[in-house]
Amino acid sequence: MTMYGQGILRGLTITLRHLVRTYFNDMRYMGKKYFNQSEFELRQGMKTEGIYTVQYPEEKIAVPERFRFTPFLVVEDADHPERPGEDWCTSCGICAKVCPPQCIWIVRGEDPVTKRPIPEPQAFYIDIDICMNCGYCAEFCPFDAIKMDHDYEMASYDRTTAHIHDKEKLSKPFSYWLNIAPTTANEEAEARGSWEHSDTVKSKKKAGVPSVAYTPTTDPSQVMQMIRATMPEPAPAAEAAPTAERSAAAVAQAGPSAEDALKAERLRKRQEALARKLSKEAGSQ
Amino acid sequence: MVIAAPQTVDVDVNAVIDKLKEKFPEAVKNDTRQGYKGVIVDKSKLVEVATSIRDEFGFDYLSSATGVDYLGIADEMEMVYHAYRTTGGPALVFKAQTPRDNPEIPSLIDVWPGVDFQEREVWDLYGIRFPGHPNLQRILLWEGFNGHPMRKDWKEAYFEEDHKPFESRWPAGHVHRIEEKNAYGHNVMYPADLDLSRLTDTSEESLYNSLGLGVDVQDLTGEGGIKTDRLVVNLGPHHPSTHGVFRMVVTLDGETIETLDPVMGYLHRNHEKIGERNSFLQNMPFTDRLDYISSMSNNLGYALAVEQLLALGARYQPPTYRAEVIRVLMAELTRIVNHLWSLGFLLNDLGAFFTPMLYANNEREKILDFFEATAGSRLMCNYMRFGGVFKDIPERIHSVVNMVNDKVRDYNTMDYLTEMINERLPRFMDEYERLLVNNEILKTRTVGVGVLPADRAIAYSTCGPLLRGSGVAYDIRRSDPYSIYPELDFDIPVGQNGDIYDRFMVRVYEIRESLRILKQILPRLERTKGEEVVSKFNYLGRVPIGESYGRVENPKGELGYYVVSAGDEKGPQNPWRYHIRAPSFINLTALGPMSKGYKVADVVTILGSIDIVLGETDR
Ligand code: SF4
Ligand code: SF4
Repeated sequence: MTMYGQGILRGLTITLRHLVRTYFNDMRYMGKKYFNQSEFELRQGMKTEGIYTVQYPEEKIAVPERFRFTPFLVVEDADHPERPGEDWCTSCGICAKVCPPQCIWIVRGEDPVTKRPIPEPQAFYIDIDICMNCGYCAEFCPFDAIKMDHDYEMASYDRTTAHIHDKEKLSKPFSYWLNIAPTTANEEAEARGSWEHSDTVKSKKKAGVPSVAYTPTTDPSQVMQMIRATMPEPAPAAEAAPTAERSAAAVAQAGPSAEDALKAERLRKRQEALARKLSKEAGSQ
Repeated sequence: MVIAAPQTVDVDVNAVIDKLKEKFPEAVKNDTRQGYKGVIVDKSKLVEVATSIRDEFGFDYLSSATGVDYLGIADEMEMVYHAYRTTGGPALVFKAQTPRDNPEIPSLIDVWPGVDFQEREVWDLYGIRFPGHPNLQRILLWEGFNGHPMRKDWKEAYFEEDHKPFESRWPAGHVHRIEEKNAYGHNVMYPADLDLSRLTDTSEESLYNSLGLGVDVQDLTGEGGIKTDRLVVNLGPHHPSTHGVFRMVVTLDGETIETLDPVMGYLHRNHEKIGERNSFLQNMPFTDRLDYISSMSNNLGYALAVEQLLALGARYQPPTYRAEVIRVLMAELTRIVNHLWSLGFLLNDLGAFFTPMLYANNEREKILDFFEATAGSRLMCNYMRFGGVFKDIPERIHSVVNMVNDKVRDYNTMDYLTEMINERLPRFMDEYERLLVNNEILKTRTVGVGVLPADRAIAYSTCGPLLRGSGVAYDIRRSDPYSIYPELDFDIPVGQNGDIYDRFMVRVYEIRESLRILKQILPRLERTKGEEVVSKFNYLGRVPIGESYGRVENPKGELGYYVVSAGDEKGPQNPWRYHIRAPSFINLTALGPMSKGYKVADVVTILGSIDIVLGETDR
């Protein structure tokens, strides 16, 4: 025969214990969780006790590498020795086709002279309001050119202007990708067999130039070093500056000069855009 | 509480079909279309045949009833029924066809009352009438809606093309915002005489009429000659206790419920129509949004349905053993996530505001951390693929310093899982049980309240903890097994009285059983390390012609996907029919009968004990 109310009392001891434990924990971790890495890890892991609140935005839950929010486009770093600021995207259109809510719009690049498609997008838009954060674009892109970003703080007061991201806004350097997702970036580089874009690898192979073999690293500057190390001796002709910056393959198959000039023009515009963007970002911080 | 023994699954459906054809030689014939199963029943004999299927052949549980529009293929509409035995075994599929103009199929509501909402849904979305149905009204859309949107010739607002991918996206991507297209433009169908500025909704009137109420308040003379008022009370749609935008129209005699009518559809987005425009693969992330608490197992159900179709073709690679192990790992973790959530909220509904809820949520977060590290998202996991999963579980649950994190975490995934499954969750469950199961207030409020007897539970096609709480040991993992469940050792908890407390306890025991499964999963994960799990399915892969019904035991009950592939020869493929048998939706059929005679305060708890989620109910 149990007394009526026993169950309630037993339950209350548990709530009391939670309460006490929470305070004790808070005192134990006080301050520490902001400064001490291992305490923070403990607090957010399996061993934590009591109830705790993450004090957003002062404190944030660390997002894992595979975390996906909205997509961004990978471009080469500004200090890339061969193709600074160039797109990884080849405008193949697969991401636009696989996207479930169809929120990607791509204008395929076109050679202004021959009108033949060229492997880079002229324009690239993603409507972030419609994007369902599924990650298919990143999963099915055959060139590792579109990736899921970790930046989830995108609220804005005006969605009519702020939420269709254009190419400029979408582009982020490769080093950023290597920073936020080192494991995945390494896996992908391993699959490509190189730290470089798979098309560069191919064209270098065709031209008989070695490309950067894959060596595990999580440091973007090391990747740059590796790329520089494989480059041939600097071209002697100084007057063809923009051409020398192009990849060795491009030099090998240099076409008519009008085409070259157009390419150089595009390259210059892209670098300008990138510089603008970088300075804007630097300014806002 | 009774723990049920594993069930038998030996049913020879073909023998049943032969006998059925013998009995009704003119009315029943085989469905001979390529890739189709079951029989086609002449609609004039449908009720008779259905009664015989239920009574003589023992298929007492009607899992799903849905319509298909075969415009352009056979110019017919079709009703598809999936009946099962509650003792286990595969489905008996039967269909009834009707011409597209003036479609009409007799209602089966007298045979299986569980078709009530499903037939109303088919009337709403396909415009098939069901003579014999006592209350054939729209259920997801409002009464004034023009047309039946699931018909193949109905075009929605912002209609672009018949199926994705749309032409305008590539190679000349003309970006536009969807609002730039006029919603009241030429691509929306309204009746010619409709004055949009004075759009009125007649649902209220017809709703109250269906309840038999001319006026809102009536004088009644109750027992002992006390005069009481009959009162109509609207609970919801914006009431915190309804777990979303859901409304119950109740008529009260004093405090006692006389009738209860659920009103839903506030979150309706015609998920199935969207699904028929999508390619097969594109539907996967959409399934996340059904029961958004358990997206992992939503994914699994859809993957199973499409894999059944793919298996009809030649070049299909089934998931590897490790992929199956990971799927079960995810599905069972999802069950725990869901039950923690629903147990917590049931206590909220009882007035134990947020303490039990937050305790449960604390543990849930730990599982979501693992989901996030593996699939990339905590809720919208989009993890399963046809013939595999998105990616293997990561070696480490690892965050890096970047613009949004200044602190990082780094755990070994297997250690994390092992500690969670072997220690943290069992410890938590011990404590949670001590906290709640013998609590006198909880018992007083739930024991003997909202009783649903076993025979009614089966008749209403209820599923999941609601069905098992009533003492029916029907769990798809045992009675129609999929994945690697046959080799796992676990029991099916069932209740005895079919009241709220039993449903509560079934969920508590199911968490325990899930932990038992997970403990068997851990060594399998270790053993299969390194095996390929990523699916080879192409992004616009082709799916062979046929129909399939993939069902899983979702935390909330049976989740079924009825998928038809018409096998378009050219271009990308999209499902001809993509139907979701939503457990929350069908379980609500029993809400009205279950609430009758109880007090108005109990309704909230009864609803909470069903455990609905509106993303799935309204679709
Ligand atoms: S799939 Fe990749 S390469 Fe192709 S268009 Fe998209 S981002 Fe560019
Ligand atoms: S994440 Fe999904 S919805 Fe968003 S752009 Fe990529 S494919 Fe489209």
